[in-house]
Amino acid sequence: MGIERHLNDTVHVTNLEWFINWSRKSSMWPLGFGLACCALEMIATFVSRYDLARFGMEVARPSPRHADLMIVSGTASKKMLPAVLRIYEQMAEPKWVIAMGACACTGGIYKNYAVVQGIDRHLPVDVYIPGCPPRPEALLDGILQLHAKVMKEQSLHNPPIPKIRSAG
Amino acid sequence: MNQEEIKEKLSAAFSPEVVQAAVEFHGEIYVTVTAEKIREVCSFLRDDPDLAFDFLSFVGAVDRYMTKPRFEVVYQLYSLKKNHRFRIKALIDETEEAPAAIDSVVKIWPTAEWHERETAEMFGIVFNDHPDPRKLLLPEQWAVHPLRKDFSVLGNDQDTPDLPRRAGN
Repeated sequence: MGIERHLNDTVHVTNLEWFINWSRKSSMWPLGFGLACCALEMIATFVSRYDLARFGMEVARPSPRHADLMIVSGTASKKMLPAVLRIYEQMAEPKWVIAMGACACTGGIYKNYAVVQGIDRHLPVDVYIPGCPPRPEALLDGILQLHAKVMKEQSLHNPPIPKIRSAG
Repeated sequence: MNQEEIKEKLSAAFSPEVVQAAVEFHGEIYVTVTAEKIREVCSFLRDDPDLAFDFLSFVGAVDRYMTKPRFEVVYQLYSLKKNHRFRIKALIDETEEAPAAIDSVVKIWPTAEWHERETAEMFGIVFNDHPDPRKLLLPEQWAVHPLRKDFSVLGNDQDTPDLPRRAGN
């Protein structure tokens, strides 16, 4: 690039949208939030062996108001669902959702009256990770897919506006 | 005491109308007691020095759908002092006017509180004089009883909705 060369590579020229997306995906803070056994795989992903800190995601927030990413890790029972939706509503925009594991994607083995048959009936899911439970590698892959998706977002000109039903 | 001795002791203390049929299966005996006298029988089982059933393992129920009476309420007892176990059952039925009902044993074994709450919500059985008759596990607004044999395990959007229905929709 001409101007970068002219200033001895002390500046970097890009467009604003790329920069916003890059900063969003590079420090995407997940919500510390486990629903079932998938939460253990999520914890394994956080700690040193798999080390989610490599992707700027080491800060699991206990408060939804600080978090950017909700990892729905496990079975959402119908009694739990109002709480899940309320937590999601408290998260500040922009926010993303990963459905981790067969139960969060479809209800999994719990095809019965007490379990939500897929969290995407109520939340706008960005990435689905199959598995029962998925290994930490699978969760990492899903997170990297989400990063790639964030980099393609038109965050300035056409920001996504999710519509969900209120938990009441 | 072995199962036979416990049964004999119980039969001797109450009339045959109260302590009814005893069935042996795989070396275990259970007796059926009349539902109206469940508190007297349970108090006796706990307070008798030879029986000393100081621990209630669980309260549950069985839905014998299509037979009369429809429900069995099952009490599994254990004695920490004597290291013996025993099981008693009470048969109850529901009518058009009244739900199936039996006296609560919370006053005898406090641990029965949550067991009876779960049994109540899962089978639609009323436990008289229960100190806290809320639902235990199911959403508060559900009116169905999922462990009844005539309940479809898949549920439906009308009876088991994902979210509480709000006024107006």
